[in-house]
Amino acid sequence: MGLPSEFSDLERFSDWILPTEPDRYAKRLASSMAEMQDFYDTAFPRLEDAITYLDKFPLNDLPDDARELMHLMQSLVNVSFPVEVWKQPKVPDSGATYLDCIQEPVV
Amino acid sequence: MPHFPKPAAGSWTENYPELGTAPVDYTDSIDPAFFEAEREAIFKRTWLNVGRVERLPRVGSYFTKELPSAGPGFSVVVVKTRDGSIKAFHNMCRHRGNKLVWNDYPHEETTGTCRQFTCKYHAWRYSLDGELTFVQQEEEFFDLDKREFGLKPVRCEVWEGFIFVNLDPNAQPLAEYLGPLAKGLEGYPFHEMTDVYYYKAQVGSNWKLFIDAFAEFYHAPVLHQKQAVKEEADKLLGFGFEGLHYELQHPHAMISSWGGMSPPKDLGMVKPIERVLRSGLFGPWERPDIDGLDRLPPGLNPAHAKQWGVDSFHFFPNWMLLIWAPGWYLTYHYWPTDVDKHIFEGTMYFVPPRNARERLAQELAAVTFKEYALQDSNTLEATQTMIGTKVVRDFPLCDQEILLRALHKVAGDYVNEYRNNGAKEARNGAAV
Repeated sequence: MGLPSEFSDLERFSDWILPTEPDRYAKRLASSMAEMQDFYDTAFPRLEDAITYLDKFPLNDLPDDARELMHLMQSLVNVSFPVEVWKQPKVPDSGATYLDCIQEPVV
Repeated sequence: MPHFPKPAAGSWTENYPELGTAPVDYTDSIDPAFFEAEREAIFKRTWLNVGRVERLPRVGSYFTKELPSAGPGFSVVVVKTRDGSIKAFHNMCRHRGNKLVWNDYPHEETTGTCRQFTCKYHAWRYSLDGELTFVQQEEEFFDLDKREFGLKPVRCEVWEGFIFVNLDPNAQPLAEYLGPLAKGLEGYPFHEMTDVYYYKAQVGSNWKLFIDAFAEFYHAPVLHQKQAVKEEADKLLGFGFEGLHYELQHPHAMISSWGGMSPPKDLGMVKPIERVLRSGLFGPWERPDIDGLDRLPPGLNPAHAKQWGVDSFHFFPNWMLLIWAPGWYLTYHYWPTDVDKHIFEGTMYFVPPRNARERLAQELAAVTFKEYALQDSNTLEATQTMIGTKVVRDFPLCDQEILLRALHKVAGDYVNEYRNNGAKEARNGAAV
């Protein structure tokens, strides 16, 4: 399975296709800033296109490739903080502090 | 020079003379004896919110809730009964005290649907109303009257879809306890906001310190300054923070705050991802298309400010309810497990999104919440360890920290009342 063909330019970031927040957050903490900057620089300009594409379908009945695109865009939202704000993967000064997402509406 | 008018008394704090204006003694956050008294005086005697009615969609739907704040082991099972009402019981089999409802790990909370509760140990069964209905080899027992061995009930009442329990059988009714601040919120469309994001953490501080952190926004322009774009952050830091309105209705309190970011006057004020998704800390900029948001209940935005962004209600002891101008709400729970430890829960509630655009706007709000909450909680352990040294005991609180002053006073009042009267009553009761 892959992304819709219109988004083949994002295929190399397929390891960011993650359905849940705990997966996305763990991937963020395990990534370097260079990796996340590359992902952000490539995917952010496609965000509006992705939304336009996804909104052709009902949210609760996305085709599999569209759902993967959705999960990729959810990861983009998560990495926007390290890239746009923190310049590091973790919230500064957060030490051993954590906040686990236990429940979310998974697409 | 205040940007928003203050009461005639001169300040919000002096509007409530019982608070005083002196520095506040934080021994209540480091003294183990005080914490044990809080368990008895507060967590065993006040109404505690344990969730929403949407968690119990059908007859037989149930969930368990651990209440370590009341004392080690306390646990209740909350269930929707055959007549549609919601009841709560101590989660304990009457035979030999096994925990009644749990899966795999007895200390972990669980949820499900059943026709009756069956104990894992000897298969004693209880109806959804808590009656003992079946005893394995009943004829082996001596004069056992099943009517006398129903589950121990726990007071359980519902306000606007929020389920509360109270371990004190003699507690006043919930609506009376919640008082006028809650009354002023009735009619808000909480029931439409059913998409839930639920976060949980164990925090190394006294429970009141995290309420302190969320009960004032004086810290916001400083601690969170990096989350705004540079120019905007500098401006916010220059202004500082002033609440639109504060109201105390002991033991509860509220703060009303502005929030010009939804949507911002100028897109340059916000981060690139916020510009595309039209969302941020205050939630999606577009309000959901539901009834009940055009005419808000009278308790919201009490200052009638056009800059209104969020109202934050603290219902004593450990529940906060934040209602945001763009049409969603957030709750916080703080469950102390020791004088310097508590379990924190943050739960966001949105109207179900109709499409990916709305879903991603909610995703950004949820991600942003976590970034802020991590910043807020990371100061707590640092504070706990330092006040624990007792090098300094009293701390000056400003007018924008009035809710903190109220919280520590109210907690102290409950504990004093218990130490002076409640403990005596308990002793007398035991002697009878």
